[in-house]
Amino acid sequence: MQRDRPDVAGERPGADASLTDEQLLAVYQRMVLCRTLDERVWMLNRQGKAAIVASAQGHEAAQMGSVWALKRGTDLFYLYYRDLAVLVALGMTPTEIMLGFVAKEGEPLSGARQFPVHGVHADLGIVNLSNVVGTQIPQAVGSAMASRMRGEDAVTICYFGDGAASVGDCHEGMNFAAVHRLPIVFLCENNGYAISVPLSKQMAVDSVASRAEGYGMPGVVVDGTDVVAVYEATSEAAARARAGQGPTIVETMVERYLPHTSDDDDSRYRLREDIEEARKRDPVKILGQKLVSLGVLDSATDERFHSEGRRAVDEATELTDQAPYPGTDGFFDHVYAGGPPSP
Amino acid sequence: MKIELPHVGESVTEAIIGQWLKQVGDTVQKYDPLVEVVTDKVAMEVPSPATGTLSSILVQEGDTVPMGAVIAEMAVEGVEPVEATKPTPEISAAAPAVIDRTGVFLKDVAPVGPTGSGGPMPVSSAEDEGRSYSPAVLRLAQAHDVDLSAITGTGIGGRVTRKDVQSHIDGRGQGTAPQAPPSATDDEERIPLAPVRRMIAENMARSASTIPEAWMLVEVDVSSLTQLREEQVARFQQREGAKLTLLPFVIKAVAESLAENRMVNATWGGDSIVLKRKINIGVAIAAPQGLVVPVIHDADTMDVIALARAVNDLATRAHDGRLRVEDVQGGTFTINNTGALGSVAGKAIINHPQVAILNTEAAVKRPVVIDDAVAIRSIMNLCITFDHRVLDGAEAGAFVAGVKQRLEGARDWGLGR
Amino acid sequence: MTVLEAAREAMREEMRRDPSVFIMGEDIAARGGVFLATDGFLEEFGEERVIDTPLAESAIAGIALGAAMHGMRPIAEIEFADFIWPTFNQIVGEAARVRYGTDGVLGAPMVLRAPYGGGVRGGLFHSQSPEAYFAHTPGLKVVTPATPYDTKGLLKSAIRDDDPVVFLEHKRTYRLVRGEVPDGDYTIPIGKADVKMEGDDISVITYGLTLHLCLEAARNLEDEGLSVEALDLRTLLPLDKEAILATARKTGKVLIVHEDTMAGGIGGEVSAIIAEQAFDHLDAPIMRLGGPQVPAMPFSPPLEAMYMPNTDKIADAMRKLAEH
Repeated sequence: MQRDRPDVAGERPGADASLTDEQLLAVYQRMVLCRTLDERVWMLNRQGKAAIVASAQGHEAAQMGSVWALKRGTDLFYLYYRDLAVLVALGMTPTEIMLGFVAKEGEPLSGARQFPVHGVHADLGIVNLSNVVGTQIPQAVGSAMASRMRGEDAVTICYFGDGAASVGDCHEGMNFAAVHRLPIVFLCENNGYAISVPLSKQMAVDSVASRAEGYGMPGVVVDGTDVVAVYEATSEAAARARAGQGPTIVETMVERYLPHTSDDDDSRYRLREDIEEARKRDPVKILGQKLVSLGVLDSATDERFHSEGRRAVDEATELTDQAPYPGTDGFFDHVYAGGPPSP
Repeated sequence: MKIELPHVGESVTEAIIGQWLKQVGDTVQKYDPLVEVVTDKVAMEVPSPATGTLSSILVQEGDTVPMGAVIAEMAVEGVEPVEATKPTPEISAAAPAVIDRTGVFLKDVAPVGPTGSGGPMPVSSAEDEGRSYSPAVLRLAQAHDVDLSAITGTGIGGRVTRKDVQSHIDGRGQGTAPQAPPSATDDEERIPLAPVRRMIAENMARSASTIPEAWMLVEVDVSSLTQLREEQVARFQQREGAKLTLLPFVIKAVAESLAENRMVNATWGGDSIVLKRKINIGVAIAAPQGLVVPVIHDADTMDVIALARAVNDLATRAHDGRLRVEDVQGGTFTINNTGALGSVAGKAIINHPQVAILNTEAAVKRPVVIDDAVAIRSIMNLCITFDHRVLDGAEAGAFVAGVKQRLEGARDWGLGR
Repeated sequence: MTVLEAAREAMREEMRRDPSVFIMGEDIAARGGVFLATDGFLEEFGEERVIDTPLAESAIAGIALGAAMHGMRPIAEIEFADFIWPTFNQIVGEAARVRYGTDGVLGAPMVLRAPYGGGVRGGLFHSQSPEAYFAHTPGLKVVTPATPYDTKGLLKSAIRDDDPVVFLEHKRTYRLVRGEVPDGDYTIPIGKADVKMEGDDISVITYGLTLHLCLEAARNLEDEGLSVEALDLRTLLPLDKEAILATARKTGKVLIVHEDTMAGGIGGEVSAIIAEQAFDHLDAPIMRLGGPQVPAMPFSPPLEAMYMPNTDKIADAMRKLAEH
C-alpha cells in the first residue's frame, strides 16, 4: 500500500543539529494525530472491538523526538509493545495501525497474526517480533552487526522500557555491542513502572543509563517530555554510531498515564493524584505551548491539526470496522520457507 | 435515531448504566462518549454513533440493561446511517444444574483478558464466602432481585438450589410486586460509588459477615495523663510544630500491651491463629475521600514523641490525599479515635483480617467515687471489639487492662528532654 | 469457587501452615498478581514472603532454586507460560538434576507456577502451552489441573513435594470453571489421573481446558446413544499408566485430546504406552486431537478459533472413533 508519506527526517543530523521550527511543527501535528489515535483504540477496547491495547500516552515526545533524529528508510527500528508513537512518527497511517488493533484483513505488520503494533515493516525498517520483554535487545545488536558487515550506513535503534533493563538478555546484548563498537542506540523509555513494579523494586541505581559506564559506553538521561532534548541526545548518539564509535544508552524519563495495558487496573498500585500530577507535564501540550511562544503555531492551525487528526482517526475507525476478518485459507502459510508443513 | 447498548463481545449479555456524560439537548459529535456502563469485564464508555443532538435519555444510572436495548435517542441531520448487522450473542448451552467437584464450564462469563484479569471488577453476588451458586440459581435470583446470601440452602452441604430460590420468591407473598430496580425520583439523589467507597463497603460487609464479634468497655482515669499533656502541649508545639494529643500515649500503651498479649496482634488463619511478629498499628482517619487507615509500622519501637510525629504526618498526608500504598498496608491492629467526634461509647467494626479494634472515646470530666468519696476525674472509655473465634473475654480483658493500667499509672513517658 | 480462587486458597493455606513457603514473581505483591492469584497476600504475609521481582525470568527460577536448596519452599510464579523459556536453563538444566546429581543429598523443593493456554485472544505470546518440554525431563514433576477441586489439592501437594514441580494453570479456566471445593486442608496425590465421567463405548484422555470441552461434547453425544469415559490426566509427569491402561482396556477405543501441538505432544507418549501394553484390547487405532502444525496461536478471532479445540471438533472425532 504505497502512499505519500511526509518526510520525517530530511538531513542527516550532525552532533549539534537541532530541530527547525518547521520540523517541530510537523512533530506536533504528528503527536496530535497519535494522541487522538491512542485515545480511540482505548475506547475500542472498552467496546470489545480491540482485545488488547497498550497506550503510548505520556511517551510521545520520547518516541517521536528519537525517530526524527534518524533516517527513515535507512535506519533500523527495533520496537517494543508501547511504541505506537514510533509507528505514527515513521508515517504509518491510522488505518494501517488500527487494522492491527481490530485484527482485520490487510493488517500490514503481521497479517493480524500478532498483537497490534507487532510484526515487521520492511520499507520502514520496523522490527517488533514479540512481546516477550527484552528479547529484542540482542536481536537489535545482531542487526547492527549485520548492517556493518554489509557496509551499510545504517544505525539500529533499540527501544525498551525500564523493566527490560533487568532482563539478562539486556545485559548480554549491551555488553556485546560495546565490545564490538556496534552502530546501535539503546533508547530506554523509563516510565518508572514495569506493570506494577516500581523502579525502586526494579533496580538499585537511579537510572538505567548509569550502567552504561559498566559496559564501556556513554549513557545520558534526558527529559522524555522535551522533544528537542530527546532529539539532540539521539542525534548525538546516532552520529557516534555512524562514525564507528559504538553504542550509547539514551534514557528518556517519561510518565505512563494509563495502566500497563487494557487488562491492567493501576488503581491497585498507583494513586490517582500522582497520575494527575504527571499529566500536567503532558508532552503534547508542552510542545504546543512551545510552538505558540515561538510564534510558529496559532490557534487556527492548532484547531486544524486537531480536527484533521480526528477526521483521519474517524475514517480509520469506519474503514476498519467495515473491513473483514482474515480468511483461514492462509492459516498454514509461512511456517517454513518451502511451503506448508506436513500434517 | 435510536441509540442501542452495543454488543460488546460473545459472552457479555448486559450492563449496568453508570454516569451520563451528555445531557438531553447537548450537541454530540460522532464517537463522543455518551454514557459510562459497567459490564462484568470492565467499565466502558458508549460512544455516539452519529453527530447530532441528544433528544432523550431512556435509561437511568443504576439500571441493568441487556445488550441491544435502546438507551437513548438523538436527532440527526440528513441520512440515517445504515445499521451494521450486530453479532448475535452466543446462546448459553443448558448448563447442568449441579456444581460438583468436576465443576461447570461457564458460558455467560467473560474470560480473563489476553494479558491480565482486566480492570476493576464489580463484585458478583456469588463471591459470598464458602458459597457457590449454580448458573440456574444466579439467573433466577437476578431476574427476581433476590439476595442469595439471605437464603438457607437445602442442597448438599447447605447449597442453595433452584427450588430454594423459587420458594423464596413464592413466599415473598401476595401483594408484593417483584421489586423494580429503584430509579431516582425528585426526592432522591443518587451518588455513584467512588472506588474508595466501594472498597470500604466491601471490607465492612466482609468483616461483619465473617467475624463473630464481642465487645467490651472499660473506663480509664486519664486525669494525670491529661494534666501531663496540658503541661507539655505548648513546648511540643514549639519544638515539633505539631499538636500533642492523648492519641500517641494511647498508641504507646497499646503497643506495649500487644507485646504482652500477642494473641491480640494476630489474624484468623482458618485452621490456625496467625501471630504477627511486627506491631504495626493503624490509625483510622476520616479523609475527604472516605475512611482510611494508615499504619505506623513497628509502633513498639517508637517513643511518644516519635509516635506523635508519625500520627501528625499520616493525618496530614491523608487529608491531602498523599498517602502512599505502603502507608496503608501491613497493619496488625487498629485504633479508632471516636472520641474526636464526641463519642463516649461505640462498637467499631474490626478491620478485616485483624482480630480486634480499639475505640478511644472522648475524655470527659465525671464525678467518680474514690475511697468512698466523690471526686471529679477525667474519664476516657476504651471500647474493644474482638474476634471471638480467636480471643475470649479473658484475653481481650487482659489486653485492655494492660492498656488501662499504663494510661492510669504514674510513669515517665519520656517527654522531658 | 473458580480455578483461580482455588489456586489462591491453596497457596494461602500453605503459606499459613508452613513459614518456609514464600512466593516470588513479577507483580505478585502490591498488585496481587495480574490475575489476582495472590490478592491480599502482601497484606497478610508481608514483603519478606511475598516478593515483587525485577523483570528477569531466568533469575526468578534460579533464585528460587537456590532458596529451595537451602531449606525454603519457594513458589516461583512466571507471569505467563510464554515467558517460561528463559527458565529452561535453571529448571530443566539444573533443578531437575539436583537430587540425582548429589546422590540424594540435596533436593529442590520448589514450585514453578504459570498460567498457560489460549482462547483469550492472547496471540503468539500469551497463549502458549509449554508442558510437553518439561514433561520430557525426569527429575521434574508436571501438573496440569482442570478443576478448582483438583487445583487446590494438587497445588498443596506440589508445595509440599520435595522435588521441583512445574504447575501449569490454564488461564481460560481461571474464571470460566467454577466448582465445589471443600473448606480446609486436603491434598490430591501427584501422579494420579481421575475418571471424570464413566462410560463404555470410547475413552477420551485429556487434561486442562480440554477436559471441560470433552465433557460437554460427551454430554451432547449421549443423545446419540454414545457412552464416553473421560480420563483427566491431571499429572503429565509422572503419567498414571495404570489409569491410562485401565480405560484403554475397558473400551478398546481411545481418543487423546490436548490444546498443545499434536506432534510431539503428550498424546504421543500416552499412545505409545497404550500400544505397548494394551495392544490386544484395542478395537480401533488410537486417535489424537491436538494443536495444528503452526508455531503459535494467532491473534485475530477466526485464526485463533481455527487453532483452538472446541466441542464440535471433539464431538466429530468422538463420533468417528465410535463408528470405527
